[in-house]
Amino acid sequence: MKVVIIDYGTGNIQSLQFALKRLGVEAVLTTEANEIRKADKVFFPGVGAAGSAMDKLRLSGLDKVIPALTQPVLGICLGMQLLCAASEEGNTTGLGIFSENVIRFPSTVKVPQMGWNTLHRLKGRLFQGIPENEFMYLVHSYYVPHCESATALTQYGVEYAAAIKKNNFYGVQFHPEKSAKAGAQLLDNFLRL
Amino acid sequence: MLTKRIIPCLDIKNGRTVKGINFVNLRDAGDPVELATLYSESGADELVFLDISATEEARKTLAALVLRIAEAINIPFTVGGGITSVEDVRLLLRNGADKIAVNSSAVKNPKLVSELAGVYGSQCITVAIDAKRVNGQWKVHLVGGKVATELDLFEWAKNVEELGAGEILFTSMEHDGTKNGFANEVLAALSNSVHIPIIASGGAGNIHHFRDTFLLGKADAALAASVFHFKEIEIMALKEALRDAGIPMRL
Repeated sequence: MKVVIIDYGTGNIQSLQFALKRLGVEAVLTTEANEIRKADKVFFPGVGAAGSAMDKLRLSGLDKVIPALTQPVLGICLGMQLLCAASEEGNTTGLGIFSENVIRFPSTVKVPQMGWNTLHRLKGRLFQGIPENEFMYLVHSYYVPHCESATALTQYGVEYAAAIKKNNFYGVQFHPEKSAKAGAQLLDNFLRL
Repeated sequence: MLTKRIIPCLDIKNGRTVKGINFVNLRDAGDPVELATLYSESGADELVFLDISATEEARKTLAALVLRIAEAINIPFTVGGGITSVEDVRLLLRNGADKIAVNSSAVKNPKLVSELAGVYGSQCITVAIDAKRVNGQWKVHLVGGKVATELDLFEWAKNVEELGAGEILFTSMEHDGTKNGFANEVLAALSNSVHIPIIASGGAGNIHHFRDTFLLGKADAALAASVFHFKEIEIMALKEALRDAGIPMRL
């Protein structure tokens, strides 16, 4: 199985690579369109600001490559947010695979949310073997609202989508590579899709 | 529900843990990777590594160590100590650190915080603040509390929030090492004056101290070193006791 991590110059991808290695998978870091297209599984990570991340994707042409992929793609954290239509952060458009808009947490809670939160109403094979109320590690200031594509919800000031799915595209707001055993289970589930 | 975090802190010098560590079941208690693995498996929510090395050579050792830690553990960790530039941070994040902590270098050059937040995002920038009272006013101190500054704690905290810090690690120098409890009064005031998470540090001696810093000090996370290293408090027992006291915990 060929697994790639899209390495477009944002985020802590080392941890993701190590987490996959602990599952026995050597993931290749790449920005090459052909290599990404040929992969069986594609990880689309990201931390940092949405605007500058989109700029990097446009500059490398990946903004056209990613939406055309047909194999399972997992967007993590900012990666999930960039799969959406637009983000309030830096007022940028996204890749538009999901029609939702990414918005900022309300001022009633501390921002960023930082830490372990519980997941609810888990759906689909990505969450196989992961129980309701499982903890995952999240750190973010913007979120995808509860929507039809949501396959997991969590709560922080508002109830919102902790995971989304549409066709071959999956997104998780939390960091499975940093979420202990439950996170490893989710990565393993994705590799088995 | 977002849970409160329990964070063991490891002091590192020349790539080794420094505080006397009392773990009989470790092959090498001086190896930060072994200790980190043990903590991550025993319920710690996050880890902090503070490098107290003084030399350039030791900094390179730190970067290599960070890579080994990232390879071994599956919970988030923060690395701090001696970070003065965007380049320092780039190396640590590239090697797998989730967050970095700056302290003195932020006081000397506040623009560093906004530069780092701009490049890497607020979520990975922790500003550590050491403070104690001078004539009744909480003042920021440097070099482990030895050097006083004119900076007011609350003003500095608001300033770093505006500069883009994602979190504040607050240590009361009056409480650090006393094992008499955290500085809950000032922590609560700090928590009300900024809108980013606060990690309480300094003073942990028993389980009640942790309960109080969450309930009275309004802390989002609590950090401690020796009570964990010397096994005076077991992390799982602590977290169960805190959950029973009504504090949301990952268990």
